[in-house]
This record gives sequence, C-alpha cells and structure tokens, in this order.
Amino acid sequence: MVNNPLTKNIDMTRPPMDIAAYEANDGYQSIKAIAKGLSSDDVLQQVKDSGLKGRGGAGFPTGLKWSFVPRGDDSPKQKYLVVNADEMEPGTFKDRLLMEGDPHLMIEGMIIAAYAIHASKAYIFLRGEYIVSQQVLTRAIAEAEERGYLGKNILNTGFDLDIVVHTSAGRYICGEETALLNALEGKRANPRAKPPFPQVSGLWGKPTIVNNVETICNLPGIITYGVDWYHGLTKGNDHGTKLFGVSGKVKTPGCWELPLGLPIRELLEDYAGGMQDGLELRAFLPGGGSTDFMLPQHLDVTLDYDEIAKVGSRLATGTMIVLDNKTCPVGMVGNLMRFFAHESCGFCTPCRDGLPWVDEIFNEFENGRGNEKDLQILHDHVTYLGPGRTFCALAPGATAPLGSGLKYFKEDFDRHIKEKCCPYKH
Amino acid sequence: MSNGDVKMSNDMIASTATRHRKLSAEEIAEIEHEMTLYPDKKAVGLEALKIVQKYQGWVSDESLLGISKYLGIPASDLEGVATFFNLVYREPVGKNVILFCDSVSCWIMGCEGIKKHIKDTLDINYGETTKDGDFTLIPVPCLGDCDRAPVMMVGPDLHRNLTPGAIDKIILDYSKSKSAE
Ligand SMILES: Cc1cc2nc3c(=O)[nH]c(=O)nc-3n(C[C@H](O)[C@H](O)[C@H](O)COP(=O)(O)O)c2cc1C
Ligand code: SF4
Ligand code: FES
Repeated sequence: MVNNPLTKNIDMTRPPMDIAAYEANDGYQSIKAIAKGLSSDDVLQQVKDSGLKGRGGAGFPTGLKWSFVPRGDDSPKQKYLVVNADEMEPGTFKDRLLMEGDPHLMIEGMIIAAYAIHASKAYIFLRGEYIVSQQVLTRAIAEAEERGYLGKNILNTGFDLDIVVHTSAGRYICGEETALLNALEGKRANPRAKPPFPQVSGLWGKPTIVNNVETICNLPGIITYGVDWYHGLTKGNDHGTKLFGVSGKVKTPGCWELPLGLPIRELLEDYAGGMQDGLELRAFLPGGGSTDFMLPQHLDVTLDYDEIAKVGSRLATGTMIVLDNKTCPVGMVGNLMRFFAHESCGFCTPCRDGLPWVDEIFNEFENGRGNEKDLQILHDHVTYLGPGRTFCALAPGATAPLGSGLKYFKEDFDRHIKEKCCPYKH
Repeated sequence: MSNGDVKMSNDMIASTATRHRKLSAEEIAEIEHEMTLYPDKKAVGLEALKIVQKYQGWVSDESLLGISKYLGIPASDLEGVATFFNLVYREPVGKNVILFCDSVSCWIMGCEGIKKHIKDTLDINYGETTKDGDFTLIPVPCLGDCDRAPVMMVGPDLHRNLTPGAIDKIILDYSKSKSAE
C-alpha cells in the first residue's frame, strides 16, 4: 500500500507529472467516486473520521472546521474555498515542494474540499515570489479543465468549480487567514475581528474555508484509499504523514514525507545526517520561526502535535531550524525579531510599537551596547506581546522564540552584556 | 499656508488627477481579464498594480492615477494597498531586481557575508540601484528554499547555495544578457 501519499509522484529531477501520468498512479480517483455517487456529506464524514489536522500551523481538525460552514437550502448559495499558499514562515519550505512537485495532487484535493463544503469557486492565494508554482499550477488547472474535472457540471454531477490562481505581493501577515481574505478582496491585509469566523462570513461576506496547501494535499489519499488506510500511516497519536524539513548546519538539509510520531532524533540524525563535522546541536525550532526553542534533551520527543506541546513548543509547520554551537543564539533570535518587526501589519499598538523596540534592543546587543535594563525590557515584551494581548497571532508567534530564547540562552545574553560584544564574532 | 506647503500639495496624488497616464492596450486587456475572476472590481486593484508594474517596471504616480481612473477606485485606497505590499515598487528599480533572503536559515548559513560581497561588488545597499541601472537590491523574507540556503532571486530566477564565487558569476551573467540584447 502507498505509504507516502503526499510525495509519491514527486521527483524534482524531472518536471511534475502531467495529468495522464498522474491519473495512471491513482490520480483523480476521488472525482470518479464522486461521479459514482459519493455524497458531500460522505466526504465531510470521512475527512472528520480521518483525524486530519490543519498543516498550516495551528493544527485545527480539518473536518471539524468544514462542519462550521452552513449547509442546506437556506444557507448562502455562494461559498468559497481558499488555499493558503502564502508560505512565508521563516524556515518553512514544504508547500513549494508540493505545488511544484505534484500540482495535480493539490488540484484534486481542492475539488474534494470544494465539493464537501459546496463551494463553486476556489482561489489559490499564492506567494508572489513562487513563480514556478504559478506556472506549474496554471498549466495543471488547464489540463484538469480539459478533462472536465473543473468547470461546469463536473462529470455530470451538477457540481461546478472554478479555480483562480491569485498571486500575492509579499507580506507575511497575508498568511493569517482573515488578513488573507482582505488581501484577496483588494484591501490592505490587516486581520479581521473574529467572530464572525470565515467559515460563516469570509470572502465578500460568504462562508469560506481557508486551508493550507499540505492539508489539501492529504485529501486525495483519504478519499481514494480510505480512512482505515489513513489511520494505518501514523507511528504516533496524530494521523497521516507530514512533510518534515531540516535547515541549518546539518549534513544533508532537506524535506521528507514521514509518518507522524517518529522521534525527532530520527529526523535529525537519519534523514538530515546529523550535525556538520565539528559542530554540535545547541537547540532547534521544531516548526518554523514562530515556535519555541527545543533542546538536545528533547530529541526523543516524537513528531506529534500534543507531544511537542507537552515540552512547551509547537509542531506547527514541521520544518525545523537547527542552531549549532558556533552560531550566536542571540543573533538568531535577533534575526527573527527583525523579521517580525518588519512584517507587523501595524494595526495594533503592542505589536506595531513593541516589535521594533525589541528589534532595536537586539541591535544594541549585537553591537555590544546591551545592558540589564534592556534584558528586562525583552522579558517584559514576552508578556506584552503574548496571546490575548494583540489583535492577531503574529506578535504572540514572535514571543515563542523570544521567550524560550531568553530562558535557554541566558548565559549568552549575559556574555553580550559583560564582554560588550558578540562573543561568537570575536 | 507657506509657499512650500503649496508646492508640496501640488506633488500630492489627490491634486494631480490630471497627470494620470492612459493605460496601454495590453495593460487594459490583462486588467479586463482579471475582472472576470473576481466578483468585485476593487479586488482587481492590486492585480492592476502588478500588471502595470510588469509592463512599466514600477508604479509611478501617473500609472497609479491611471488605474484609479480606469477602475474607479479612489487613488488613496490604491496607494494604501500599493504601500502595504513589499513587491509593489513605487520607485523606479533597476533592470534586474535582486530579492535577497535574509531570514533565519539563510542567516545561519552565512547570508550576511554574501550580502556584503554583493554590496562590495555592486556598490549598493538595500533599496538602492546600481549607477548603470542594472541591479536593485531588496531584502525579502524566507524564500521557502531553506535547505539550499543562502538563497536569492534575480528577476524571476531562483539562485541557491550561494557563495561569493556564485555571486560573481550571476552578476556577470545578468550583465552580459543585457549587452547581448
Ligand atoms: C502571521 C500568520 C501567518 C500565517 N501564515 C500562514 C501561511 O503562510 N500558510 C498557511 O497555510 N497558514 C498560515 N497561517 C495560519 C493560517 O491563519 C490558518 O490557520 C491556516 O491557513 C489554516 O489552514 P489549515 O487549517 O489547513 O492549517 C498564518 C498565521 C499567522 C497568524
Ligand atoms: S498583532 Fe501585529 S500583525 Fe497582528 S494585527 Fe496586531 S499589528 Fe497586525
Ligand atoms: S530562510 Fe532563506 S530561504 Fe528560508
């Protein structure tokens, strides 16, 4: 049986499969099942039963999210599906691989999701810099239209679906799902107040589901091979496979599809080849720039949402950033703070004013002018910018590496103060 | 109001509606196509800015006013969008825009040294254009290729695993492709 449903067609040394090759490898079977009578309620139920959790960062159960979309005759007729392909989380490089490696998998997944929630229009909100993704997806959409898998009355089911590729113009905040909806409507991408949630009132006020690229790519496998097969994939508590990446000074950085539930050590040592010669593992961010640092003592924790939460971090995007013992931890956190400060949308005060202040203090540390008072201000911001105090999750995301960095790298902050310079540079 | 203020307001967008540039036929055709994809023409504002930039290289006040007039979107709304997004250029840029990733994985892999090499070679900082107008250097967040860091884009092309030597070759290649034209 297939054990790598997300990447089974991917081979980056050649162009992605065209529709014929994709179909020959079990592709678009789910659309045929729909044509044979699989109802949208069935699809929704299967996705709920699969236990799939969103791969965009928050890990929210996908079927449950879909079930909030109003159904039935008195619900708004127009509903939308939006695929979040804005991938800008620092250190995250998985959605690009899926789109450029196997575009039909995502398109098939979009048809399944749109069918389940009764959406006749879907937008792919694609990062503007992903030029190859745009080309590859546009070509694949045209192929699917030609086969009658998209357009009006798909395979005589009475179900219509159009997919539009929207390229963004570069702002991390657009990945936040309500900011994304504003951007898609042509507005400045400030987040929206919730409630109402997009599932009820989203794009142009209509019920809207926003799902991550990788979440969508899980759907064809679930429908084609079934929920039991899907449940057989995992090695841990959460279901399915996931793309896991490793970047930083390891021997073979890369991105692999693995079952959930493997020990982190296996990813780092067997797949990424361990640290480069002469370097030791100091710490790592398990799932992109908005997650808390973890330490070598956590290597036997498994790659599961709940297990990683138990040690105070998040699996989030599953793309790990590795810090070695010869790279300055203060500099690394400072780099992340510069990113968050720059990408703050400016809507709420703690984030708009707080993050640049934090960034400025890191510059002072870098230049040997940091002091104890600055350190205290950094600590204070972990609270000021924390969950519940800002309008969206961007600033709380920044406090993850900041708070855990202050805790785990205290001696390094202290050395910057005492030695009046960055000890890693001198 | 002092004379200085009057002069300033003359340069301001709202009072220069007469200075709009008439959009070209190609630009209009692409904008019209985008209008079929969204239920609300306001959504096309950003698309129109990108389309104009594709043809003009950047979005001048005149172009912005041209779009405003064509779509019936207030110039201030369009400007609000244009200034929000990193990839909409409201100043002229060079022939090749370098989008240089300086996010965390590239930083760990030594992008600061690469940036310095670019700066020394081309004599430009972030936001600047070379005197010959060949290159503009702009920082960009994580380009989603962190396993092959350091990474940058030149125009539409992605360049990975950058070294100073690779930078020299890239700069030479793009400068050459200009002289070959
Ligand atoms: C600042 C910020 C940036 C985000 N960027 C992305 C992104 O680039 N891609 C993504 O899928 N989700 C991103 N998210 C999460 C989305 O808001 C949303 O939770 C996700 O797209 C839902 O999809 P899922 O349920 O399939 O995971 C971001 C969230 C925040 C707060
Ligand atoms: S937390 Fe930051 S990004 Fe989010 S709304 Fe406030 S200012 Fe904008
Ligand atoms: S950090 Fe540079 S490509 Fe991801």
